[in-house]
Amino acid sequence: MSRKKKVKATVVSQKQIADQIYDLWLETGLAKHAHAGQFIGVYPHNASMLLPRPISICEVDKAGSRLRLVYRIAGRGTDEFSTCKAGDTLEILGILGNGFPLEKARGKRVFLMGGGIGIPPMLELAKELDADKQIIVGYRNKDLFLEEDLSKYGNVYIATEDGSVGTKGNVLDAVRTNRLKADLIMACGPMPMLRAVKQYAAEQGIEAYISLEERMACGVGACLGCVCKTRETDHHSHVRNARICTDGPVFEAKEVEI
Amino acid sequence: MNTKVTIAGVTLNNPVMTASGTFGSGMEYSDFVDLNRLGAVVTKGVANVPWPGNPTPRVAETYGGMLNAIGLQNPGIDVFAERDIPFLRKYDTKIIVNVCGKTVEDYLEVVERLGSEPVDMLEINVSCPNVKEGAIAFGQKADCLYDITSQIKKKARQPVIMKLSPNVTDIVEMAKAAEAAGADALSMINTITGMKIDIHRRKFALANKTGGLSGPAIKPVAVRMVYQAAHAVQIPVIGMGGIGSAEDAIEFLLAGASAVAVGAMNFVNPYATVEVVEGIEAYMKRYGVENVTDLIGAVEE
Repeated sequence: MSRKKKVKATVVSQKQIADQIYDLWLETGLAKHAHAGQFIGVYPHNASMLLPRPISICEVDKAGSRLRLVYRIAGRGTDEFSTCKAGDTLEILGILGNGFPLEKARGKRVFLMGGGIGIPPMLELAKELDADKQIIVGYRNKDLFLEEDLSKYGNVYIATEDGSVGTKGNVLDAVRTNRLKADLIMACGPMPMLRAVKQYAAEQGIEAYISLEERMACGVGACLGCVCKTRETDHHSHVRNARICTDGPVFEAKEVEI
Repeated sequence: MNTKVTIAGVTLNNPVMTASGTFGSGMEYSDFVDLNRLGAVVTKGVANVPWPGNPTPRVAETYGGMLNAIGLQNPGIDVFAERDIPFLRKYDTKIIVNVCGKTVEDYLEVVERLGSEPVDMLEINVSCPNVKEGAIAFGQKADCLYDITSQIKKKARQPVIMKLSPNVTDIVEMAKAAEAAGADALSMINTITGMKIDIHRRKFALANKTGGLSGPAIKPVAVRMVYQAAHAVQIPVIGMGGIGSAEDAIEFLLAGASAVAVGAMNFVNPYATVEVVEGIEAYMKRYGVENVTDLIGAVEE
């Protein structure tokens, strides 16, 4: 793994693609080290906001040294990012986290499941995975995003909470309605969805890799702010507390207590 | 130009350290900074046995600062001695181990165990606001602080730094109590107890409800307390609280700190420690300061 760095990245472009959802391309040398499921920390310019905002990587353009972030405005920091224009700079910390274990999925039937703002990392994952991909994404309503990008890499099944597009319900409702089967799951989304995915995988007897999030401070594994309970004692904490920023954010579902 | 400072007989290459709990044992930040450039690395607190810490969320940002309630999660002294001390020994920096406990016996067990380890100093955390038992109780009453300090001093083989809590009425009384009990130095300040409420969810931002406030928001409080303590005791004071630049660090030195530590600002700028070292050197050059020790307490009255 390459050394982590804090660097200045240049905004290539930014546009709003759904309600509160922004699509940001950054130019940075860090892009060549990035892969699916990893994230970067983005620092607000406003000095009253100290901490880097962890944002998952949506797409990597290694040749062009560019990273794509698709994020939702969740507070003052991301609100500030949404005002960035082409040519502006942002301080970023990366590349952070472990990413999805691509080798586990090679040649298998895989569900790529994304819920809400957990959808963006599924795009780079869909690009990188050498597998039979079924992409299942859940939204609140018909205000969709990234569904066209995703459709380039596999069949896309949509679920919406209000039933306005695709299956009414969540990603697992879409699996049932469409009678989909998989040997392995890779997922990112809100905690209730990840709990349901974990349970579904256990029932089906298949492996699932889920990407977790938690309030973070350092982002590099030093402060122990963003831990999650693990089934086994891990090598670092010795108290069954894995660091989501460093040991994760992707964990095998059965290894974490969520 | 001489940047060396001596604290309790231990000479540091420069007065810049890391604040306990913000830097692990240096491993994570060795990606960003050359640990050889630091005066000392102060480790995350270590107890006699592993501690799981508090539930999440453990951290929350506040205006110009952050709250944390990690709860002193640590792997225990056995793992620490096997893994963290050998790692730090590879560098030309002093090793200061932060010790935490729930009872006096817990502290003494770790202190005795460290007696045979190649570490330079011990920093005793009697001021963590996020642990229910022990810990801060020792740091908020002068007689309790005196008692635990004197007991630790009897067992310690290395110089003992007492890390003081700012959550007291009279910091001078606490500083004097630690000194009278034989402390070799003081670290100050630990975090200031705070709280944040999410008004949309009507919930506490931290699972622990309260947390310790750190970062630039607390710097003026820390400078004031360092000034008061440094003028009330003869032992050296290590200053910390929102230091992120050489300007911040020099403010603490002028207030009376003999050394300084960078804490929460490592999260803001992972290169902060080395930038502080370089900035102090630049300041000394600019103002023709021969010895960094000439800056200690040099604010004009």
